[in-house]
Amino acid sequence: MDKKTIQVKSLFRPAIIVPAAVVLVLCLLPQFIKGYPLHTLTLIILYAALGSAWNWLGGFAGQASLAHAVFFGLGAYINSMLQVHFEVNPWVAMLVAMAGVGIISILVGLPVFRLSGPYFSIATIAIGEVVKIIFINWKATGGAVGMYLPIRESSLLNFQFNDKAPYYYIILAFYFVAVSITYWLKNSRSGYYFRAIKEDPQAAKALGINIVQSKLLAMVLSGMMCAMVGSFYVNFTLYIDPDNVFRFMTSVQIALIAVLGGVGSVWGPLIGSVIILLLSEGSRAYLGGIGAGLDFVIYGLMIMLIAIFQPNGIIGAVENYRKKKRLKKRQMQEATDAAKEVGDHGAA
Amino acid sequence: MPQRRWAIMALLELTGVTKRFGGLTAVDNVNLVLNEGEILGLIGPNGAGKTTLFAIIAGYLKPNEGKIVFNGVDITGKETHKIARMGMNRTFQVVKPFSDMNVVENVMVGAMMRNASVKRAREKAMDALEFCGLAHRADYLGRELTVANKKRLEVARALASDPKVLLLDEVMAGLNPSEVRDAVEFIHRIHARGVTLLVIEHVMEVIMPISHRVAVLNYGKKIVDSDPKQAVSDPEVISAYFGSTDEGRGDASC
Amino acid sequence: MFVQVFMGGVLLGFIYVLISLGLTLIYGVMGITNFANGDFLSLAMYAALVFNVQMNLDPLVSLPLVVLLLAAFGALAYQLLIKHVLKASNMAQIFVTFGMMIFLRGIMQFAFTANYQMVENPLVSGTLNLFGASLSKPQVVAAAGALIATIIIYLFISKTKTGWALQAVSENRDAASLMGIHAQKMYMLAWIIGGACVGVAGSLMAEYSYIYPEVGAPFGTIAIIVVALGGFGSVPGAFISGLLIGLVEVVGGFYFEPAYKYLLVFGLYFVFVVLRPQGIMGKRRA
Repeated sequence: MDKKTIQVKSLFRPAIIVPAAVVLVLCLLPQFIKGYPLHTLTLIILYAALGSAWNWLGGFAGQASLAHAVFFGLGAYINSMLQVHFEVNPWVAMLVAMAGVGIISILVGLPVFRLSGPYFSIATIAIGEVVKIIFINWKATGGAVGMYLPIRESSLLNFQFNDKAPYYYIILAFYFVAVSITYWLKNSRSGYYFRAIKEDPQAAKALGINIVQSKLLAMVLSGMMCAMVGSFYVNFTLYIDPDNVFRFMTSVQIALIAVLGGVGSVWGPLIGSVIILLLSEGSRAYLGGIGAGLDFVIYGLMIMLIAIFQPNGIIGAVENYRKKKRLKKRQMQEATDAAKEVGDHGAA
Repeated sequence: MPQRRWAIMALLELTGVTKRFGGLTAVDNVNLVLNEGEILGLIGPNGAGKTTLFAIIAGYLKPNEGKIVFNGVDITGKETHKIARMGMNRTFQVVKPFSDMNVVENVMVGAMMRNASVKRAREKAMDALEFCGLAHRADYLGRELTVANKKRLEVARALASDPKVLLLDEVMAGLNPSEVRDAVEFIHRIHARGVTLLVIEHVMEVIMPISHRVAVLNYGKKIVDSDPKQAVSDPEVISAYFGSTDEGRGDASC
Repeated sequence: MFVQVFMGGVLLGFIYVLISLGLTLIYGVMGITNFANGDFLSLAMYAALVFNVQMNLDPLVSLPLVVLLLAAFGALAYQLLIKHVLKASNMAQIFVTFGMMIFLRGIMQFAFTANYQMVENPLVSGTLNLFGASLSKPQVVAAAGALIATIIIYLFISKTKTGWALQAVSENRDAASLMGIHAQKMYMLAWIIGGACVGVAGSLMAEYSYIYPEVGAPFGTIAIIVVALGGFGSVPGAFISGLLIGLVEVVGGFYFEPAYKYLLVFGLYFVFVVLRPQGIMGKRRA
């Protein structure tokens, strides 16, 4: 085998081919689907981005947040308040929202990261409820009624379009940012540190890892990504209210998407998002007419089944299969090792 | 400090370190010096306060009183990760591998303390694994190793971070005789790399031959600090180990 | 006036204590937080409503039936769902109960619509004067009932052999199994007690409260806060923090904006737990 064939071969590895195909398909999809399906697809990508953001904190660093809707909602609110009250350009507003949420996540993270396990998750629930109550009662944000964004001319600069496709491409670009960050985490010191903290914080400390700093980094990255997606969301729907963006179930759904897809994986959140959104949108569309509530019944049932039968997520299941194969190989190797050792001792 | 290289230098110095839990004094006014290039054995019966003392040195617990100086810097009450970065590293009595990471990745985390680049860290980790005789288990998950290998993994992880001082907490407990022989040889090799060692061991027979000097703790107090031969014949040590119960003898024989 | 508000807080507090009791027991023995606890409560209230509409039984009369039903439901939930995630990750355990929460809400919405309903002509109604405070009679009955149920369960846990076994599993699972205690039986028992607790609470609350599919949801969230504040797994802790949260909610809602009453509750929890992560009575976990 000469050098050239090796290079060509390595280009066609599944690890490169599959993501490339996924990216290509995602980019081409709006050529074939329009209208409501494209709207759903946009939401799928949106949730995949949120799930990826959750994954950095929950999947890598092991801090299972149940308040990611707060980051998402705060991003959306800061963005729309700047647009409505100060007539700031939506893109500038987005950057400000991301910075703002970044700062907020540090302020929230410092006390909350003293807690672990269920205490951490429940404290995040409490934060979510507090933020929701504040926004329901706050006049400047329109209270429970919410607020509308001013309608502007269709242009990229205005973040408003007559067509759905540009929205889709924007969120897709945001999602690719999230995917790149996940790739980076998988192959960087910070990513290894996050995983070490998740596995054993005491041992991580002994290896020179500043736990609070690492967790804060995960939280800030995660929060800012959610704020970015939240900014997209409000420009996409042009309307926002507290019940819509700060819903506890939204937080649950974000976590669920990441866990179902596969904790700590790059493409897991996309798989999770496709399944969860098709499930919830699908059951709403097909069963909503028969009787209110049946969609929830199916959705709830599916969540329970997944949690019981596929607790490691889809990617996790694939990895388990690979692990089993590796284990078989290993047993054989160990058998030969043992035989060798006996031989060595015999010689000595 | 090249001008002091040939002088005996105290790398780690504990003065009057005391730790109380409620009414119990786990570590009682301990003074201890660890010289550069030394292997110091820290022994004592169960519950003598050895592991507590380790936890204090490594920054897991804050002492109620006393001072700890490492490499000329006061590290009393400093955070664990900062102490680790200064070049003092430890292993755990109850092993703590990163169970769902594989063996190289485990060691890479240690190597990353001095190498920001993942690629460099991987090379460094492979070196450490080679040194510890674990290279053939590189792609195993942390959880899949035997106890003896988990202990080696902890050492490899610590060594990958290039420590000046390594605190070994009962690395030989629970090993069979042939594994203990390997471990003794292993400790000598670590020392030959220029690492100063503070070794906790419950079993006296194991620690005596490898230590340059031993300190004996009993009920939180340091009762003896001498060369190993003197320590074994010290009446206080004998009564601490064999006096009231024969628990020590039982452990020592196995 | 203060007495009035204070008493209102105490009455609500006893309900919170009862609803949190099952939750804290379940957490204590098996380390699982039941996020569907509030929906168990809604289910109990609907059960009382059905008995009322179909058989003309007052919720206070049908209480034993509802308790039996909910206890059976707790056992069923354990057998069908929880048993299968005992060894799974924390996230899987959380999501099973989330799934159950969504599932139950869907079922109730489908079967009973999203409309607000009420028991007609309840046995107890009107108000009552107590220590100079004018209190709603059904709420007093509910609080008293909740207190009695709490005491019964407390006595069961601390005075019976089965209760000791439950506590032993809670203290140390492995040691308990060495002593011959069948841990899985204790897990199931915790779920049965959990179901029974909300069965009692639901019957008592059906006497005066509107009933709709999400009626239990805020109670479920508050109960989780109560358990975390009291210290996971601690019954006395749940008692103190349940009362405390009832008081903060009602007293705070009266003296500040009512809209912000939950803000005080969650704020209290947040500040407290950051200062003392293990809760009021909890043990520090490494």
